[in-house]
Amino acid sequence: MTNDKGQVLNFATSKLQTLDICVIGGGPAGLEAGIIARRLGAKVMIIDDNPVLGGQLIKQTHKFFGSKAHYCGVRGVDIAGILSKEIKDLGFDVLHNATVVGYYDDDIIGVLQHDKLLSVKARAYIFATGASENMLAFDNADLPGVYGAGAVQTMMNVYGVVPGKRAVVIGSGNIGLIVPYQLLQAGVEVAAIIEIMDKVGGYYVHAAKIKRAGVPIILKHTIIQAQGRDCVAAALISKVDGEYECLPGTEKTIECDMILIAIGLSPLCELLYQAGCRIDYIPELGGHMPLHNEDMMTTQKNIFVCGDLACIEEASTAILEGKIAGAKAHEVLYGETKQGKEIAQQAKRELSIIRSSPFEQRIVSGLSRLKPH
Amino acid sequence: MDGYLKEHPILEFKRGKKVKFFFENREIEGYEGLPVAAALHAAGIKVLSFSERYNRPRGFFCAVGKCSSCLMEVDGRSNVMVCVELLKSGMKVRRQKGKSQKQ
Repeated sequence: MTNDKGQVLNFATSKLQTLDICVIGGGPAGLEAGIIARRLGAKVMIIDDNPVLGGQLIKQTHKFFGSKAHYCGVRGVDIAGILSKEIKDLGFDVLHNATVVGYYDDDIIGVLQHDKLLSVKARAYIFATGASENMLAFDNADLPGVYGAGAVQTMMNVYGVVPGKRAVVIGSGNIGLIVPYQLLQAGVEVAAIIEIMDKVGGYYVHAAKIKRAGVPIILKHTIIQAQGRDCVAAALISKVDGEYECLPGTEKTIECDMILIAIGLSPLCELLYQAGCRIDYIPELGGHMPLHNEDMMTTQKNIFVCGDLACIEEASTAILEGKIAGAKAHEVLYGETKQGKEIAQQAKRELSIIRSSPFEQRIVSGLSRLKPH
Repeated sequence: MDGYLKEHPILEFKRGKKVKFFFENREIEGYEGLPVAAALHAAGIKVLSFSERYNRPRGFFCAVGKCSSCLMEVDGRSNVMVCVELLKSGMKVRRQKGKSQKQ
């Protein structure tokens, strides 16, 4: 392995750092897990590959809904600030701009930070690595201008740069509904949202907002080609039949310079393969993912998961899963405590309330297939 | 410097100081501390590299350092993910062709 100056790094000569609980990923799930484990008394470290903590929260300009306990009415970007401040007040180690590059024998992980390769050994690990955006195969899908919807959200809301002037969005899940609304906020035109199913995928509130703003949601259609020479100049869409096959003669060209792909996310579970956790394919939850029980414990007793890695869902559920993972990782090391037990039980209750909504049926049926032990 | 959002109903952007850098030997201005890809897009540059076999233009995809769609040559180093590489004054950025030969 080489560092950012091209020098070869030697893992063996770096000093081994030991601690109780290492949290990998500083998004809503990982931050909450770290906070809970630390509050219960464990020596905790959080490793994150970004310069600032918060994960995907830092680009969420919309207000969350639900109950007060789940930051209802607070914008995602502000939740990131609240959690980061708590981390600072609790005073534990955070490695910024650091990427975990491997899980080795004896439960040691390798961490690349700038030009250093560090080795860390924790007694328990909480993985909250999140997920990456899925790509869609269509003609010219590699043309510059075809971007992940979350990628454009990052460019726009974190860096203040919008990589285009007129967008077509593929997919009408929550990301496919929220990002176009944010594009409008930034003064960018949204030509249409294209959805292959016969109904909108995301929450009604988000769909209503975007429809009120005058953006058409075109159902039973898909993209078949990106057009343009060096960059996207148009999207060619087509109607589909009941078997999702394109219907010839229904093609339409929509002029745009950005095509945003918002068709879902896949959990980032590479490190868990290395750690020997059992991984299974559960499409309802997002694809290949680590099996875990309701304590968020994987098939390895010292490894916990939470957030999108454990189930592609929302920031509010990620935080609740983080609470459970933090409390249960502490319990594995120090035995059951009254406070830890209460935190986990309360979070489990709140999760089951959120998941009792008819919108969450798919998630619940997926979770019922997660039987690791 | 036209591609930067000037007004936003919710967000306020704190930007670093304005610096000069080079894209294909051409001098461009950008804000220090922003990812190189953001600075290039603000300057209207979307093609970041060309594919190995068919020389097809490529841009970024994930913008969070995961997918490797945005690899460029930066200060003589190849395969740099410019969506997470932060801009510094005087940086020399070039479009990468395929896997590139540079270390």
